Amino acid sequence: MAYVIPKETYTGRVLELEFGKALRTAKVGGENTLPFLSFEGELPNKPVIAYEIQDTLPDDWPDTVKNLYADVSNNPVKWAKYCQDELKAQAIAIRLVSTHPDRENRSPEDAAKTVKEVLSAIDVPLIILGSNHIEKDAPVLVAAAQAASGYNCIIGKAQEGNYKTITAAAMAHNHKLIAMSELDVNLSKQLNILITQMGFDKTRLITDPMCSALGYGLEYTYSVIERIRIAALLQNDTTMQSPILGDVGMYVWKVKETLAPEVDVPLWGSLEDRGIAWEALTATAMLIAGANLLIMRHPKAVETVGKVIEELI
Amino acid sequence: MALSGVEIFKLLPKTNCKKCGFPTCLAFAMKLAQGQADLDSCPDVSEEAKRILADASAPPIRTFNLGIGEKAVKIGGETVLFRHDKRFFNPCVFAFNIKDTLSDDELHKVVQKVLDSEIERVGQKLRIDAISIEFASDDSSRYHSVVKLVSQRAPDVPLILNCKDPSVAEPVVKAVAQKKPLLYCATEENAEAMANIAKTNKVPLGVYAQGLSALSSLTERIKAMGVDDLVIDSGARKAKDILELNTQIRRSAIKKNFKPLGYPIINFILRDDPLLEASIAGVAVAKYASIIVLQGIEMWKNLALFTLRQNLYTDPQVPMQVEQKIYKIGEPTAESPLLITTNFSLTYFIVSGEIEGSRVPSWLAVMDCEGLSVLTAWAAGKFTAGKIAQFIKESGIEARLNHKELIIPGMVAILSGALEEKLEGWRITVGPREANGIPTFLKSRAA
Repeated sequence: MAYVIPKETYTGRVLELEFGKALRTAKVGGENTLPFLSFEGELPNKPVIAYEIQDTLPDDWPDTVKNLYADVSNNPVKWAKYCQDELKAQAIAIRLVSTHPDRENRSPEDAAKTVKEVLSAIDVPLIILGSNHIEKDAPVLVAAAQAASGYNCIIGKAQEGNYKTITAAAMAHNHKLIAMSELDVNLSKQLNILITQMGFDKTRLITDPMCSALGYGLEYTYSVIERIRIAALLQNDTTMQSPILGDVGMYVWKVKETLAPEVDVPLWGSLEDRGIAWEALTATAMLIAGANLLIMRHPKAVETVGKVIEELI
Repeated sequence: MALSGVEIFKLLPKTNCKKCGFPTCLAFAMKLAQGQADLDSCPDVSEEAKRILADASAPPIRTFNLGIGEKAVKIGGETVLFRHDKRFFNPCVFAFNIKDTLSDDELHKVVQKVLDSEIERVGQKLRIDAISIEFASDDSSRYHSVVKLVSQRAPDVPLILNCKDPSVAEPVVKAVAQKKPLLYCATEENAEAMANIAKTNKVPLGVYAQGLSALSSLTERIKAMGVDDLVIDSGARKAKDILELNTQIRRSAIKKNFKPLGYPIINFILRDDPLLEASIAGVAVAKYASIIVLQGIEMWKNLALFTLRQNLYTDPQVPMQVEQKIYKIGEPTAESPLLITTNFSLTYFIVSGEIEGSRVPSWLAVMDCEGLSVLTAWAAGKFTAGKIAQFIKESGIEARLNHKELIIPGMVAILSGALEEKLEGWRITVGPREANGIPTFLKSRAA
């Protein structure tokens, strides 16, 4: 029996999205096949990994990853430059956690100032994230979007409870926008529709279906991403064709497997390797499901996932 | 994939004798195609037709066991390309590859590592499932004695006899045949000899060929020699080839019912960098490998890979559950706070993770709500004041505390009044709505 390669016919394509400015932009998406299947489609852009930094000391990060940044994490500008110059980051994601009411509760003006300073110190593209507080993120991201005007950043995350304000800010200052919903294909689709109905161009949108760490609901994120991609490519659903974000680091570096010292759980082996593996494997699963952009913390995990991407291309 | 009605019709006697109970052979064929009739109703059907139809209705990917006894592992038998379409059934096997060039001392150590690899997670016992023994010494008696040593030290662990030389493999397979090892592998050069060994000793056989065209001709050749339990290796070693060729194999088997590739897949990862080995193995776990051969089994790597496998092989229709009981988080004392939640494993993991992150030692009461999350369980009437009160009373936690305060999820704040009535003498405190509010909540109370 002669063998014929069973190829899919894809009618849709993931939208291509570019962020950053001048010579240092990053491009994601654009593929018209399920992840990395280049025998049946085109994959014009490799997935991009952004290093996560914060606008305040990362007190809630475990030592394994916090200590690596001990010399720079007291200053977001230094931190960002370190990621760009020493770690050769393709992109940087600054999380404005200090604005959270349960943290330092800093003002939107403070956040805007930090964003401005970081932007003037780096060339690589910037992703600007709120503290994931629905009410507070709205004014914070409005101020940050304005401060970053002209830099073609990605801002987010717009969620059901605050998307109007944040979408308007992204539109006014020409940024790309992350639309995040909680682990549900239909909610994700619905939020994309609501945002584009405001007049926001769908080619500027990124979908965050909500990440989960390995062992902590990863299978939900994995299947939601696969279903979104299948809808986009095989059913040509034009409301689901945005590139997908995997916000990996923040979910990984708080689970027990990345925190518990080896003396407490001798069967789990080295804490440092375990944490790095947790982040790398979570990220790999996101890529295989269909993520285009990852936000990560540990340089060794980033390096490993970078190698996986090179092998998959 | 079954044949169409018309394809079946061509195999029938076309006499329209009606003995099957249908007016015409075509009508009968249509019913057969829909699975609403049985071929045995036709008294005149040929043996040839029976064989073709049986082949067509066989599962798209062959299923069989590796090893015997309690640690035997079932491989193959998958029916979908995406877990959300139904589920993945038989979790991939992790095999540790060792070479017969190791000294006896080293062999004892590595075999012990395999035996000690078992970890329990969400009620499942997970372990390195198999040992692959590679013929690298070029000394057949050494190979024989290594296989013997390993099978004595680890009598229940399924073996992969990784040896392409039939003359070396034959006596070894014979010696351990009753353990149902996998013989790896038949190639285009040694196919006859290897197939003979597998057939004579009734063991499954690995088949290796570069690329799927060569691989499918080779499996057909070997099947014709009478070996049915095959494991296939397309030669993929790089992540891209693993992903693409495994995908093509799974699609051919499931969507095209292409029998020559309807077998479990074996992937050799074998990287010196253990982190990279773990990540590339992750690609194989997600995309269709049935046996993943590794060269390192560090405990941290095992934990990560076991967890990924467990995640992707859970049934998307059935929520994972954890046992109903009062869990200790940190080292709680009689003063420590008591929180309650439901036994959906994800809820449990997230809530216990956040409590852990707060570094405030606590008691976490996890109540059996048939694996539903808090709000769903409440809506379904499984997480009610009456049931919570009964659980808390029967749990015996009261005797271990010198306070009577129960913290309930903010999502079910509505229960607090009724709970205070049902749990006499207790104070009910409404906790945060989302688990990520727990650290702040607990820390501010502790301060």
